[in-house]
Amino acid sequence: MERDDIIEYSLDAHHSEEEGKKIRKKIFMVTAILSIITAVEVAMGIIWGKAHIDVNGMGWLSIKIAFIVMTLVKAGYIVMIFMHLGDERKSLRNVILIPYAIFILYLLFILYSESTFIFEVKQMLGWV
Amino acid sequence: MAGEASKAIDQSVLWGGGRSPFSVSYGKMMMWFFLISDALTFGGFLTALAFARHHLADEWPITEEIFFHFPFTHAHLPLLYVALMTFILIISSVTMVLAVEAGHRMDRKGVIKWMAFTVVGGAIFLGSQAWEWATFIAGPDGLISTSADNASLTSNPYGPQLYADFFFFITGFHGSHVLSGVVLNIIVLIRSIQGWYDKRGHYEMVEKVGLYWHFVDLVWVFVFTFFYLI
Repeated sequence: MERDDIIEYSLDAHHSEEEGKKIRKKIFMVTAILSIITAVEVAMGIIWGKAHIDVNGMGWLSIKIAFIVMTLVKAGYIVMIFMHLGDERKSLRNVILIPYAIFILYLLFILYSESTFIFEVKQMLGWV
Repeated sequence: MAGEASKAIDQSVLWGGGRSPFSVSYGKMMMWFFLISDALTFGGFLTALAFARHHLADEWPITEEIFFHFPFTHAHLPLLYVALMTFILIISSVTMVLAVEAGHRMDRKGVIKWMAFTVVGGAIFLGSQAWEWATFIAGPDGLISTSADNASLTSNPYGPQLYADFFFFITGFHGSHVLSGVVLNIIVLIRSIQGWYDKRGHYEMVEKVGLYWHFVDLVWVFVFTFFYLI
């Protein structure tokens, strides 16, 4: 039997030495961005940790949102550059990302509202 | 037209049905399908974590007060070791993408060098994970014993039981992914040394294993934020 993993291969997968240099430069730039974002996250986590600030205030909420935004930026760089999804066809990109995003956002919405409800019931019963 | 090839495709790269959907090879597409299903599992874990910590908000422990240990020192260094682990995993992801790039130039030596670095990075991460688990299980007194002051799936000295359960399940499930990633990387490394991919004419296997390895890194980015930082 002929092995199909040998004959089939993605298109345009080879590149020359000069193109390689350009790609490596891009890789190192993304590395720098990811490292800096991680360093900022850790610094924020230590300086404005939950131990030092009021977790019910607006300050903590904005820090939380900043963490989530930074995480999504990092995830975007990893998926689009490192996993080359940015170089694939737009249709493949949409097939991979859109159903996943819809499902997880829906799940998050359901669980978050249920969780809030459980907390309210506990408050009503005087457990909290 | 979206999804259709805009130029003639070399007959040798078509799938069995005579077409090449999305212009990717069969193996790469199946790796993406697998990664989506795996991402749903991790997404389930992390949203469940959000559910638990939202309704247990008043008793959820403060991460910085638990993860402040650093190997070979007794200094109080909150989050720094986890940050170092994150950094190691990101760097091993970078060496992986450099291996893929070298593969596209059919540079066998480059692939071997960068794959070797990736394996080392993964191994360091796994060792750190084991140390982290041992420290977490030991509990506040730092001694591993059979008594209830150790963290396990049925006891947690730090706070709600769910906190320890989520720690073990999420980092454990991620750690087992890292382990299988390291095994795959070692196989690809050995095969590159043996010259398999030169004979085959392309290094796509490096790319496919690379997709998995980047995914492992991607998951850790989320675990780091949602378990440790927030």
